[in-house]
Amino acid sequence: MKKFYENVLGGRSGSIGIIILSILLFAILPLALDAFRLNLVGKYLTYAFVAVGLVLLWGNSGVLSLGQGIFFGLGGYCMAMFLKLEASSVENTKIQSTPGIPDFMDWNQLTHLPAMWVPFKHFPFALLAVVLVPALVALIVGAAMFKRRVGGVYFAVITQALALILSLGIDGNQGLTGGRNGITDLRTLLGWDIRTQTAQYVLYFTCCALLIGAILVSRLVLSTRMGRLLLAMKDKEDRVRFSGYDVASFKVFVFCLAAAMSGVGGALFVLQVGFISPSLVGIVPSIEMVIFAAMGGKHSLLGAVYGTLLVNTGKSLFSENFPQLWLFAMGGLFIAVVMLFPDGLAGIYESVRTRFFSKGTKEKATDKVPAVNAAASVALAETGGKS
Amino acid sequence: MKPHMHHQPQKRRSFLGLILASALAAHPLFAADFPTAKVNTTGLAVTDTTVTVGQLHSATGTMAISETGSIQAEQLAIDQINAMGGVLGRQIKVIKEDGASDWPTFAEKAKKLLVNDKVASVFGCWTSASRKAVLPVFEKENGMLYYPTFYEGLEQSKNVIYTGQEATQQILAGLDWIAKEKKAKTFYLIGSDYIWPRTSNKIARKHIENVLKGSVVGEEYYALGHTQFGSLINKIKLKKPDVIYAIIVGGSNVSFYKQLKAAGITSDKQTLLTISVTEDEVLGIGGENLTGFYSAMKYFQSLQNPNNEAFVKAFKAKYGDKSVIGDVTQAGYLGPWLWKLACEKAGSFDVDKIAAASPGIEFKEAPEGYVKLHENHHLWSKLRIGQWGADGQAKVLYESELIEPNPFPKGYQ
Amino acid sequence: MQFPNAILAEYTFSEIKSIFVMQGFAGLSLFSVLLLMALGLAIIFGQMGVVNLAHGEFMALGAYMVYLCSQITADHFPAFQPYYFILAIGVAFVVAALLGAFVEWSMIRFLYKRPLDTLLATWGLSLIMQQAFRSIFGAREVTPTLPEWLMGSFKPTETIDIPINGVFVMGLSLLLTLGIYIFMFRSRTGLHMRATVQNRTMSGAVGINTGLVDRFTFAMGCGIAGVAGAAFTTIGSTGPDSGSRYIVDTFLVVVFGGAGSMLGTIVSSFGIAQAQSVSEFFLEGTMGKVATLMAIVVILMFRPQGLFPSKVRS
Repeated sequence: MKKFYENVLGGRSGSIGIIILSILLFAILPLALDAFRLNLVGKYLTYAFVAVGLVLLWGNSGVLSLGQGIFFGLGGYCMAMFLKLEASSVENTKIQSTPGIPDFMDWNQLTHLPAMWVPFKHFPFALLAVVLVPALVALIVGAAMFKRRVGGVYFAVITQALALILSLGIDGNQGLTGGRNGITDLRTLLGWDIRTQTAQYVLYFTCCALLIGAILVSRLVLSTRMGRLLLAMKDKEDRVRFSGYDVASFKVFVFCLAAAMSGVGGALFVLQVGFISPSLVGIVPSIEMVIFAAMGGKHSLLGAVYGTLLVNTGKSLFSENFPQLWLFAMGGLFIAVVMLFPDGLAGIYESVRTRFFSKGTKEKATDKVPAVNAAASVALAETGGKS
Repeated sequence: MKPHMHHQPQKRRSFLGLILASALAAHPLFAADFPTAKVNTTGLAVTDTTVTVGQLHSATGTMAISETGSIQAEQLAIDQINAMGGVLGRQIKVIKEDGASDWPTFAEKAKKLLVNDKVASVFGCWTSASRKAVLPVFEKENGMLYYPTFYEGLEQSKNVIYTGQEATQQILAGLDWIAKEKKAKTFYLIGSDYIWPRTSNKIARKHIENVLKGSVVGEEYYALGHTQFGSLINKIKLKKPDVIYAIIVGGSNVSFYKQLKAAGITSDKQTLLTISVTEDEVLGIGGENLTGFYSAMKYFQSLQNPNNEAFVKAFKAKYGDKSVIGDVTQAGYLGPWLWKLACEKAGSFDVDKIAAASPGIEFKEAPEGYVKLHENHHLWSKLRIGQWGADGQAKVLYESELIEPNPFPKGYQ
Repeated sequence: MQFPNAILAEYTFSEIKSIFVMQGFAGLSLFSVLLLMALGLAIIFGQMGVVNLAHGEFMALGAYMVYLCSQITADHFPAFQPYYFILAIGVAFVVAALLGAFVEWSMIRFLYKRPLDTLLATWGLSLIMQQAFRSIFGAREVTPTLPEWLMGSFKPTETIDIPINGVFVMGLSLLLTLGIYIFMFRSRTGLHMRATVQNRTMSGAVGINTGLVDRFTFAMGCGIAGVAGAAFTTIGSTGPDSGSRYIVDTFLVVVFGGAGSMLGTIVSSFGIAQAQSVSEFFLEGTMGKVATLMAIVVILMFRPQGLFPSKVRS
């Protein structure tokens, strides 16, 4: 029990953080916001899954992926395929030339369900696929790259290219994927209408619970020996390697974990928003998600959630009131975060805390490790991402 | 409820004249005749003096290029309607939302407009993808969308009025004309890679093969934003089609036509018919790169009729002398007017009543000429063939009869 | 989808020969486009290690400068119309380089030790530049009026057309590559640049003002991007987000060639261009591009350091 308290909840300050976040997500926001705004928050929280994964990957392993949209999208598409098949009953699609297949397939002259889609008729398969497909892709990509010690900027550029390939590939295979329009008009999950207000509330709370779960899992990983090695690796990768550890496998594992979490986020996105399209897979969303994590502070799991909420709320409000200024604000924010607050919200919080509540600093949260930042950044610059 | 129609369409009167006449001489509809409780039974944003509508286009992002014209035209129509006394005696207030060329954002903003702002109707969307993203929202929340773009068809909704042409209206008559006029037998189909070009080319292919007894010698698609067409142009040279049938959109358009010209494929040697180039696109492509090629559209800025002359004049007065008006811009302009007519026919702002009242509505003052709303919520309209000149304006060579909208064409699917 | 044999089967030998020539030219033309895009980045990313995601926006800036010059010429000096384009390229270089110098001074120089953070900051910069273009020049795509001599084609035989704008871009990229080579390897400033890249501390110790060299190098890379953008106005249009369309291709070219190697950049743009142009000929458009990108990524997975790894390691 003690161990669980120390490792997973992160001791006193870590537990307080989790409790505050839970109160915010489960009580304050649902009470303060109307159904529409709460649904928006639910959508933002699905991005937070990706941001939490990025904290593991980037903040704690020093590997920056600019292609996390790939995994968000894969998870989302797996869920959307199941929902679309359910929405395309023969009854619902009787005006089509071939009733019983998704509408966009009919528009593309498909006359039977492609083999790739068939297993997605089964809910358990779809659920597994949401987690496993992203993880599997991450495994292949990660194994190929990390074993060859690709890192840093190279890894970032290659994952960015992969995001482009996937979104182009979806665009180019309309009959199979719905193309640029994506998969739209999703209605029910196992007969349960996901568009009603009650359903939106249920999905919101599910999303919050899973997100807290993802944070706890991440903390658990970081508290293990491997977590500590990851941190050490970020600082001095060669030293860890020379000590006999399989550096690449650690990175592959974290990459897969981050991918699986992103997939869950994508699936929850589809459930709450009702569609998925390649515009959620490509380069721009992938980079934006990095910004969410950076905004929160790339070392802080909880910060990732706050960063995601803050940037997205800003985006929604700004674009409602000053659409022309939005890109200036967003661009300025990126630059400001990098130049002035390299540790994001978590860094600001930390510095306020040390200044005013200096007594509380004795206990260090497991997910906030500013001490190693400087050293790690220097190490990265030295290696330049190359071996 | 009996429709309360003071405003009779007046023939052979210029459009500005009509506005003046209605504002000064005729009896505008007074809000007092239409108590709010009666015209608004579903809790929309309607007060005794105002009615709020939404406008949902991309002001930023890739699509801003195309959607600017629609935003402007819708605003112009709303201003004109307000100057005439509004709708059912109420001034129209507009809430503008930015879809930012991003489909999830479109869905989010649509929901905001309908759920939070309770707008009476929405004028908006441009791409098929954005429409597909918002459609479930409109159906679920029972909103009303006026959609201005020519599109692929295969859709019909109680909650959408399509003011642009569906694919068969835009394609069939144009192909018939070019086949007859140019004795064309072989066609090369080209498109940007998304549903509208693909569906349109599918319809075109069936028509070419089954009706015109011609053949399609090539069909291919390039990602939106693609800028290098060297290989494609070489394939065209190899196949020597009688007609290039092009449905390329956005920035790719400019590269495609520039490179076509640079490769020596010009209108004196090659016939090209497109359904994706309007005056707006020509502004980017440059008239000199298009001279002599044909577009099939329902509207061209150069149309000569009193409605259009007044419209062009009003548009330029508001947005500057250099502004141009394309097909979609004009279709956007129709939206607020058709909505106004529907509200007046229904005597209500309720979405259900407007949806029911819409079929049969005639709008005689449309810049494109007489249009009529079909039961399937699309417009009866004509198709015109325009030939581009170096000045960026088209010379209208052909005009069809009114064509019935047929979003689910039998034999073309 | 059509298959290669179906495409070529029904044609005469001379037709196939002409297509072969023109297809070769299409590949070469794409090669020079990619090379132009990549040259500036090869300096900034390859030599300095700065990941400048706003590189595409510097290209767009150059293109907008040509547009601006074209407008000014048309309004005030119509007689100058046939020649303004050459001057406009110079303007594009100077403006982009000046902005580059300013960006280096205000932002980049604080981030040399944090390459991944540079990436985020420059992405922010790219958003700001995009919106600035939109606010100043409007959301619509613009095209400058080009001199007549740049348009049209050159016909060596009846069946072969060689686009003149393609030849122009090719010539320009050749000239630029040559210029950069001479500058880097034959001039004193070039020597300082290479020295600073290889060993900053040592260079500082022997009296090179490394801060100034950095600023100069970055500005030069941005200026070259501006020239590339200016050249692209002959092939395509310019919109606020034109830059973002180029950025992935550009980075892939540089990474594929092996960052830090000029020769690598040249070889990789040649390889990618030929692959893409051939695959587009035989496959359908989008899938041709996907196939090319896929091939690059797979090769990079097996050879992460690129085709020509830099011999100098820090």
